[in-house]
Amino acid sequence: MLPETAPVRACGLVYPARALTEPLCFLNVKGKRKNMPIEISEKTIKHEFIEKVSQLSGQDIFKCFQCGTCGGACPMSGQMETLPRRIMRMAQLGMEENVSGSETSFTCASCHTCSANCPRGIDLARVMEAVRLLTLRKNVNKINPSKVPAETVRELPQIALVSCFRKLTS
Amino acid sequence: MKVSYYPGCTLKTKAKNLEDAAVSSMAALGVDFQELQRWNCCGAVHSLADDDLIHHVAPVRDLVRAMDQGSRQVVTLCSMCYNTLARANLLMRNDEVKRKTINDFMSEETDYHGEVEVVHFLNFLRDTVGWDTLRSRVKASLNGMKVASYYGCTLVRPADVAIEPAGGGKVMNEFIDALGGSPVDFAASTVCCGSYQILAHPEAALEVIGRIIESASSAGAEALILSCPLCEYNLAKKQAELVSSGKISKKLPVYYFTQLLAIALGLGPEASRLDLNEAGSVEFLKAKNFPVESGARA
Amino acid sequence: MSAPVKQVATGDRAILPEGAKTIPIFVMGKRYEVPETLTIMKAMEYAGFKFLRGAGCRGGICGACPTVYRREGDYKLYFGLACQTVVEPNMYLAQIPFYPANRAVYDIEKIEPVADAIHALYPELFRCVACNNCTKACPMHVEVLDYISAIKQGDIARAARISFDCIQCGMCASRCMGELPQYHIAQLVRRIYGKYIQPKAEHLQKRVTQIESGRYDKALDELQKMDHARLEKIYKEREREPDMVPLGAWMPKDTQYL
Ligand code: SF4
Ligand code: SF4
Ligand code: SF4
Ligand code: SF4
Ligand code: FES
Repeated sequence: MLPETAPVRACGLVYPARALTEPLCFLNVKGKRKNMPIEISEKTIKHEFIEKVSQLSGQDIFKCFQCGTCGGACPMSGQMETLPRRIMRMAQLGMEENVSGSETSFTCASCHTCSANCPRGIDLARVMEAVRLLTLRKNVNKINPSKVPAETVRELPQIALVSCFRKLTS
Repeated sequence: MKVSYYPGCTLKTKAKNLEDAAVSSMAALGVDFQELQRWNCCGAVHSLADDDLIHHVAPVRDLVRAMDQGSRQVVTLCSMCYNTLARANLLMRNDEVKRKTINDFMSEETDYHGEVEVVHFLNFLRDTVGWDTLRSRVKASLNGMKVASYYGCTLVRPADVAIEPAGGGKVMNEFIDALGGSPVDFAASTVCCGSYQILAHPEAALEVIGRIIESASSAGAEALILSCPLCEYNLAKKQAELVSSGKISKKLPVYYFTQLLAIALGLGPEASRLDLNEAGSVEFLKAKNFPVESGARA
Repeated sequence: MSAPVKQVATGDRAILPEGAKTIPIFVMGKRYEVPETLTIMKAMEYAGFKFLRGAGCRGGICGACPTVYRREGDYKLYFGLACQTVVEPNMYLAQIPFYPANRAVYDIEKIEPVADAIHALYPELFRCVACNNCTKACPMHVEVLDYISAIKQGDIARAARISFDCIQCGMCASRCMGELPQYHIAQLVRRIYGKYIQPKAEHLQKRVTQIESGRYDKALDELQKMDHARLEKIYKEREREPDMVPLGAWMPKDTQYL
């Protein structure tokens, strides 16, 4: 459980300067990283989402100070819709739709490189897993085992199928 | 000496070369590798969510099987199996509450508390066989072959199951050295190969695979060794595609580390099983006069 | 709390002998008094159920009658065949005659007898999490997880052997975390094993050829034309192998059909 003060911190009290002066350059429009102003208020912050992500991941997501080391180290970040740092920031701000709507957590390879490098000791791979699961648990599949071409199944090592289905199916 | 080992599903089919080379090499060194009598898939990836215990059941069940048959130690070859089994083992050792829930769920099995030790074959070679013994048994030295060690993720991350302390990167180099090769350090040796994303997001995986191969090649490697069938699929089987898309300039021979072990111990093709590798990898060793094809023993 | 209404057996059903003991069971949540010692299937018929589905061989081999039940005060689910499981007091039960499970389409004549081909037809195999619910659910005590593991490991012969007692009842699939159709996969495995891997029984093949070439046609014709009395006579007089003779020690006098 998060402390009572969490929602207040999520409002930007912890990072007031950033929250106000970087009017949220991390929205994505159709796969392109694009800067767009967004409004943050008590109404837009999904406290329950923040709480769920924190519980599932076991991480204090408010520790993130937006250094971007994670994305710099991430092998998949080149093809990620939203950079890991931005996922963290949006999660802090309870932007559930933006976090869950981003393909980023489904592009993550669970390699733990971010976790190994985060100066704040956040196990970001776990945050990614939490974000993934919150979608998958709505009975959503990000890959359909029945639709993987027979040739691909025949060719891939079993561990590829097992791990992919574990991470991307409900 | 009898040693229990956990092969994992892929080593029974597509990565038979990883297994056969290890088992025959150990036989040559007088170590009897005995496969667990009963085992299931390890699950390949560790579940990272705090409330998701069901996905720990697969690796824990394997550890129970090992314990039930009286093994104190289980050696693994595949890095993914190693990582999954070792992390599940730590969880069962350290988290009392989760341990109880998992044991209760598996009420049909013996309760498990982390009794078994999970050891990767590289560490087994280092700690139990020993580099000096290995060196003394080499019959066909790699003769200065420039070999890059690719660890990938699962042998080194997270730190609590890494086969070496952080900043290591030694064990595979020592292994190459013991076989008479020259280890080549390269920047991408612990960069993730894209793992299972080769299925879901192949473009993202291919990009990083290309970077890894280029990094090893430009560091002067003539060959690359690894210990995971998924890394092998990505880094070896995908090379043709990468060459044609211009992501890498030339192919790089890729082997399971156990295959070079078998070759250096002077074992024949039925041990090194190069028949399951890419043509270029076979050619490279053949050009160096190693016995890699049936009936062509040097 | 009012006591549950007691259903009394009436009509065209087994007649309860005088003084026979009955026990309460709950079928799909409703209480019935049924004679003890009956199987679930007979008890349900006694209580007035008529099986259109959910019964076949009545001998524990067709897999039509799988039943899931709970015992009083026990959280656990138990599984049994209705035709084989004897009723217990206060058991809560429901039959699951059919469970939807993915069944792949293939041509057994054309299939390649290798693990990859099986994997390609059933990629959901790789969603197994080794929860073992399948093994716990199997009324035939098949080690379902073990055959699924063997299939993933590409060991067709082992999977065929472990799954041999499967009667396709579907209970495993009903409990599967990974939504696998275990029994259909195992059936494919056994088909492949039987057709391509298992050594052929040559003596059987020889006999089939003999039959096909008409060797027994005349004898069968004669039998068909025979009247009942004569048939009965020769049936009763037929030569029979005595019990427990050592292998090869006995030969019939009439060897014309061997
Ligand atoms: S490395 Fe850690 S602190 Fe830095 S942005 Fe990423 S999660 Fe935040
Ligand atoms: S765990 Fe995921 S987010 Fe973190 S570095 Fe690896 S691929 Fe990137
Ligand atoms: S394996 Fe499945 S289908 Fe076969 S008998 Fe057991 S529960 Fe029924
Ligand atoms: S019930 Fe399904 S997921 Fe569980 S062990 Fe059996 S096949 Fe695997
Ligand atoms: S009716 Fe056939 S198994 Fe029960």
